[in-house]
Amino acid sequence: MVLVWLIVILMGAGLLAWMAGRYNAMWPRFIALVALLVGFFMSIGLWITGTPTIEAGNGGEWIQHFQSDWIPRFGIQFHLAMDGLSLMLVILTMFLGLIAVLASWKEITHRTGFFHFNLLWVLAGITGVFLAMDLFLFYFFWEVMLIPMYFLIGIWGHEKRIDASYKFFIFTQAGGLLMFISILALYFIHGDATGNYTYNYLVIAENFPGTRAAPWIMAGFLIAFLIKLPAVPVHSWLPAAHTQAPTAGSVILAGLLLKTGAYGLFRFIIPLFPEASEAFAPAAMILGIIGIMYGAKLAYAQTDLKRLVAYTSISHMGFILIGIYSFNSLAFQGAFMQVIAHGISTGALFMIAGAIQDRLHTRDLNKMGGLWSIAPRMGGVTLVFVLASLGLPGMGNFVAEFMTLVGAFQVYPVYTIIAAMGLIVYAIYALYIMQKVFFGRKPEAVKMKDFSVREMIMGLSMAAIIIWLGFFPNNVLRTSQPTIDKMQENIREYRQTKELGGIKAFKPDHESEAGIQLTKKSE
Amino acid sequence: MEKLDIISLIPLMILAGASVVIMLMIAVKRNHQFTVIFSLLAFAASLISLGQLSSVLPRQIQSMMLFDEYALYFMVLLLISALIITILSYDYIKQFNENKEEYYILLFLGTLGAGILVVANHFATFFLGLELLSVSLYVMIAYLRQRDVSVEAGAKYLVLAAASSAFLLFGMALVYSQAGTMFFPELGNYLLKFQETTDIMMLGFAMMFVGISFKLALVPFHMWTPDVYQGSPVPVTGFIATVSKGGIFAVLFRFFAELNLYTFPNIMMLFMIIAIASMFTGNFLALLQKNVKRILAYSSIAHFGYLLIAFIAGKQLGLEAASFYLLAYFVTILGAFGIVSLISDREKDMDNVTDYRGLFWRQPWLAVIFSGMLLSLAGIPLTAGFVGKFYIALAGVEAGELALVIILAVNSVIGLYYYLRIMVMMFSPVAGPEVAINKTLYRTSMSSLAILSLLFVALLWFGVFPQSVIDFIRMVVVL
Repeated sequence: MVLVWLIVILMGAGLLAWMAGRYNAMWPRFIALVALLVGFFMSIGLWITGTPTIEAGNGGEWIQHFQSDWIPRFGIQFHLAMDGLSLMLVILTMFLGLIAVLASWKEITHRTGFFHFNLLWVLAGITGVFLAMDLFLFYFFWEVMLIPMYFLIGIWGHEKRIDASYKFFIFTQAGGLLMFISILALYFIHGDATGNYTYNYLVIAENFPGTRAAPWIMAGFLIAFLIKLPAVPVHSWLPAAHTQAPTAGSVILAGLLLKTGAYGLFRFIIPLFPEASEAFAPAAMILGIIGIMYGAKLAYAQTDLKRLVAYTSISHMGFILIGIYSFNSLAFQGAFMQVIAHGISTGALFMIAGAIQDRLHTRDLNKMGGLWSIAPRMGGVTLVFVLASLGLPGMGNFVAEFMTLVGAFQVYPVYTIIAAMGLIVYAIYALYIMQKVFFGRKPEAVKMKDFSVREMIMGLSMAAIIIWLGFFPNNVLRTSQPTIDKMQENIREYRQTKELGGIKAFKPDHESEAGIQLTKKSE
Repeated sequence: MEKLDIISLIPLMILAGASVVIMLMIAVKRNHQFTVIFSLLAFAASLISLGQLSSVLPRQIQSMMLFDEYALYFMVLLLISALIITILSYDYIKQFNENKEEYYILLFLGTLGAGILVVANHFATFFLGLELLSVSLYVMIAYLRQRDVSVEAGAKYLVLAAASSAFLLFGMALVYSQAGTMFFPELGNYLLKFQETTDIMMLGFAMMFVGISFKLALVPFHMWTPDVYQGSPVPVTGFIATVSKGGIFAVLFRFFAELNLYTFPNIMMLFMIIAIASMFTGNFLALLQKNVKRILAYSSIAHFGYLLIAFIAGKQLGLEAASFYLLAYFVTILGAFGIVSLISDREKDMDNVTDYRGLFWRQPWLAVIFSGMLLSLAGIPLTAGFVGKFYIALAGVEAGELALVIILAVNSVIGLYYYLRIMVMMFSPVAGPEVAINKTLYRTSMSSLAILSLLFVALLWFGVFPQSVIDFIRMVVVL
């Protein structure tokens, strides 16, 4: 039931904030803050007390689990479950939600009620995506997070917000619909094979017969997730959306929305389609490398601060692709760590970029410089995240990238070496940010206030987390370990059956489907 | 005629009687408000009498009409739509100088025509219903005779609809010349017995489909749609989009099921081509429009293309999907045209996309309702339109029409663009500060607002908790 509450609190508070916004501009802020604090502490509570004990099919063990009928006609259930992976992501969601509310405290003065409604509903959608175990419900939440985000960009964004919001919506929706067709295909293939028409992911994952269509079905999911991640050929919505969104929107986009793509790869692609994924792996490696290099190169070429940070996101997401498609535990953990660490560090960078824009009314790097002399606190906080972003040891991002590279090296040494060079390029653009914004000569006219107490609280708490992740990554890794182990085990099982000639699952021909059913019965 | 026959006919007789009563009322004294109240009561009485009807189902009357649960479902749908249109019409028409009361006579006659279509299972009743509906529409479309566009639209519809009726009639005659019967079940038996059809019979069917496709605005018989949608008074546009098309779709489905035309691959091929052409043409042409009514006109072409997928899929699931989709579409399109009609004034209809600039900042509730309707048309979750599209996709995949489902998905993305464009307008800041203060820029009215809010709630309810409606449809809609 806790899982339902997590979503209901956010949605309810969203509605409440919207109504309260008619009377007072402050109330929605407090309502959002309180709701997110409640959600945050609830999820932290689950982290401290929760142990994965609940069996929910698929042999997996879950911390929390909720299941009830929704539309029985189609075999759709309201089915949520939480394992270590989703738990960490939910905590991240609540935390970045808090940051987003605080970051827009002064920035958004216009229609705060509707703004916080959208903010909370995006977060509710994201939480739903991380928890849904019914494929239909997953798609449902996938869309729920889309529309409010569209409004956040389209209404409170900057000068080119309309184009950016269109691009964002249409890219994501196109991917979403392809995924939806794949979900339907899974539903029917599984239903025809077993007679049980259901969207229950755990049931499908257990019995998925594997057909010739598997690569095509995977393609539907994959395109949706790669667009969200984003991987290079389908990334072009991202710089526009990140740049034009208000600060809170950028923080959520970079910190959370992109992570739903990574989550989809972890949760659905690898477990459901091990064979097709293995076939796709070399392509994914190349996409990852292109992403790393191309993103970093373009980041360096930007003069717009937010655009720069947006391109670094594309670059860092390349590591996630490389980690996930290396198919070993170390690289999986690295990619997962990257999800968390990048969520925080980039969220922080966008928060800072927003604060600068709010003060100077420009994002143009050429109009900045020497800001350290007038805003040392801001400079200090920025330095932390810039260093985190370039992968300095002692920060979460270093742990993530290091683990990814070590894991990937065992499988794809050549690709890994090329990817590792990305780290050098990171140093260039990271220092370039510091140089352009905080050092160098200050244009005469520039005057601005340093970070306020509110902004220092945000900055320092994120800095603390990044450093904590760097020194004690085990706290997080331990939580996600069972899920990663399960993935690893699935892959091993698949490889074994493949070596044995593949009598059991995942055999791409129809004779073996009968075989599955026979073995099932004899069990 | 037996007593039970009379009971079955009561809902239709109330509609017919109401139009006569209004005529008499006009002869005595004109009163717009009173006419509307009477109309609402008559529609409500007709709805209530359907409850009586449900106990005698199924009832075949004189090999002319079949009252069954399928018909009942569509009757409910049509009558409720007509009721809503009456309320919207009241607010819309009251601002004009024309005689207002006659409009409701036509509304009753049109609804009666659609009601007859729903129960028709004989060519005679089929044609009778269709003509009753069309003739009322000729006048309703041109009702605001001081507006040139309205008269033009009426004339256009008159010429084209009359031609299409001629096609339909000639097609019926050709079919009759071969089969020797006009009664659907007997036609079905004839086809079953002789398996193959003659060329003349095929030609007859083809001509009938031309007539039907025209009324449903399917490509390539869609040319009239944008002009007529744009020129008609807004509530009448809503009437065309819901009652008129719904009635014809109901009889089409019945015709196919009773004759089992699904077994003729070339007919199905024909409809598949029409479906694909309708989806693409509707969506692509909608992209080019700047007028909300024209956008909705082209989008309706696309939506009936989607609906044809459920129709082609056929069987129980297809029928269910089509029934649900029509319900969702009715709710959505009535809501959308309701908004347009509510904020239009006597000078002009608020149908330019730019007229909606900043609506959200002046009339947030209206803008939220309209956004909900547009998102439903686009098929975004939380709305009825999404469940409807999902149902159709399900029916399509089950019937093995994967290609059509993928085209549906592609078209949904194209469609998004123009729905979003209207939404973007509503949420854009208003042009100047002085306009922002002027809240009275748009008319409002409590009764219309209440109906629209109800539609909005229904939209979300069907979108989030569709199971109860689905249960109902599964129980009732069987052919």
